[in-house]
Amino acid sequence: MVPDGMLRKLRDHLHDYLSLPVRVTRNMPVPEGSYERNRNQYNSTRILGEILRQAPTDAIKIVGIIDKDLCIPILTFVFGEAQLGGVASIVSIARLRQEFHGLSPDDGILFERLVKEALHELGHNFGLIHCSDRECIMYLSNTVRDVDRKKTTYCGSCDTALYLKSETWRV
Amino acid sequence: MEPKVHILIVDDEEIVRESLAGWLGDDGYDVGVAENGARALERLPEKDWNLAMVDLKMPGMDGIELMDEIRKVKPETIVIIMTAYATVDTAVQAMKKGAYDYIVKPFNPEDLSMTIRKIIEHQKLVKENIYLRKELKKQYRLHDMVSKNHKMIEIFELVKTVAKSNSIVLVQGESGTGKELLSRAIHMESPRRDAPFVTVSCAALTETLLESELFGHEKGAFTGADQAKSGKIELAKDGTLFLDEIGDISLKLQMDLLRVIEQREFRRVGGTQLIPITSRIIAATNRDLAKAIEEGKFREDLYYRLNVISVHIPPLRDRKEDIPLLVEHFLDRFNIEMGKNVDGLAESAMRLLMDYGWPGNARELRNVIERAMVVTKGRIILDADLSLPQASGVSAAQDSRGKSLSEMEKEHIRQVLAANRWNIVRSAQVLGIDRVTLYNKIRKYELKKEPVLNT
Repeated sequence: MVPDGMLRKLRDHLHDYLSLPVRVTRNMPVPEGSYERNRNQYNSTRILGEILRQAPTDAIKIVGIIDKDLCIPILTFVFGEAQLGGVASIVSIARLRQEFHGLSPDDGILFERLVKEALHELGHNFGLIHCSDRECIMYLSNTVRDVDRKKTTYCGSCDTALYLKSETWRV
Repeated sequence: MEPKVHILIVDDEEIVRESLAGWLGDDGYDVGVAENGARALERLPEKDWNLAMVDLKMPGMDGIELMDEIRKVKPETIVIIMTAYATVDTAVQAMKKGAYDYIVKPFNPEDLSMTIRKIIEHQKLVKENIYLRKELKKQYRLHDMVSKNHKMIEIFELVKTVAKSNSIVLVQGESGTGKELLSRAIHMESPRRDAPFVTVSCAALTETLLESELFGHEKGAFTGADQAKSGKIELAKDGTLFLDEIGDISLKLQMDLLRVIEQREFRRVGGTQLIPITSRIIAATNRDLAKAIEEGKFREDLYYRLNVISVHIPPLRDRKEDIPLLVEHFLDRFNIEMGKNVDGLAESAMRLLMDYGWPGNARELRNVIERAMVVTKGRIILDADLSLPQASGVSAAQDSRGKSLSEMEKEHIRQVLAANRWNIVRSAQVLGIDRVTLYNKIRKYELKKEPVLNT
């Protein structure tokens, strides 16, 4: 389960950082058929499709947060997935947890990683591609080390691109 | 901005195509997809694909077959084979057939990123290398001649200078070293380049024929001269007259030629009118003229007249560093002429060329390469494709000075193994020893099978 408090904190952070209206919707059950028995993981593309189907009509973008380990058919795992320039994205906190890597739980670290990954996937939704700046949120992270090295902000050029692309909805 | 990287994904499973395309798209790559080999081949000409990620098992054409086809059409496209079932056999087969890498689904995202970045880096280096090699080649090139031998480069420099003058040039060198090519280069570098370059092969004609060939004749000058004809000197007009095999002309003709050169005018055979010479003369010979003078076969005064600017082209055996360069030059040319796609020579084949004595010089090398390109079945010329005369013994003998018996034995075994593509049984037969002895000697001399390399 994704802790309730963490979702609210994320909502406030995204609202402040992106200057966009943000709300938390109702919980969505993990879609049936997204479980990959032989891999003991969940198919992120399937879940993404379901999120899109259930998205409120007024949603500009929608990010699903899930506490299951995600994968796509060609990759051993993913931290998240997004429609490039589309509406929906998903972030898994399973591998962002310290305990996944044999360390003691740390909500502070988990939250920081979640913020980075949510902003990363949202960046894709707004049409941004991966950035070569290792500290930029849009840098491709294949490991939590990569995630931790990134700052919680976009680099100058990604920030500008996002600013322009989200202009219509800014509050 | 970096140029866009194009990736083609070929997989019969839609989900794989979609998710891989999505993931690579997020990374900023331009991605194309194809559901089978036939569709992939249709899409190949669309752009210069940097990378093709090809599923091994597909209905119809499988990944390996498709890779073969891609390599024919787009040899610069790198192919990675993807599979869900990893077996050592298929991996080895894929790599042997020229796959750059072999990856097992599902991929670890870190590995996949790394693999793709490595490939792009590799391609950048290859392109840079091709560019640098081309730049390098420019320096070593004079029209149709290439060399990196310092003497040859001096000659090339000299040619560029003398081309601007009208002085007579005497080009000496063994047959096949490129005397005519060099003379043409002088012509092409000179202000006369738009005027004709006229060749007279002096050795091919009898004395009287040569005389009329050179000077022309008036009607009735001799039996059969039923009409007047201009000689080659006249035809060369404001161009260049190239007198090949000048060492082979008779003493009488030598005298006539001397007079013509000194007076810069001549008469047609049977003619009375003096015709001025406006062409530039280049003479060439493979004879040792100094020796011919000693023997009284060549006029000393003519020699000094001709020898105003003297160029001596060294034989190929004295500039072996040029062999790889020439090989590449000939490969490029014959690839175009024959519409072939030969990449280079196996290292052992190149060694055979390097070890050979080349009595026929660059021309002989050109012929050997031409023949090899006709007979070769693959993209790499192998030892067996080369038809070198059995002169390796001669060259070995030449190189044998100061070498110990065991050094010679090692070298001989190495050559026999190379010639037989490391077939131990056949090599042992050639050497007249049994297999075990050959194995022992291979171990003793630490001989290794050479990998196939491009030139």
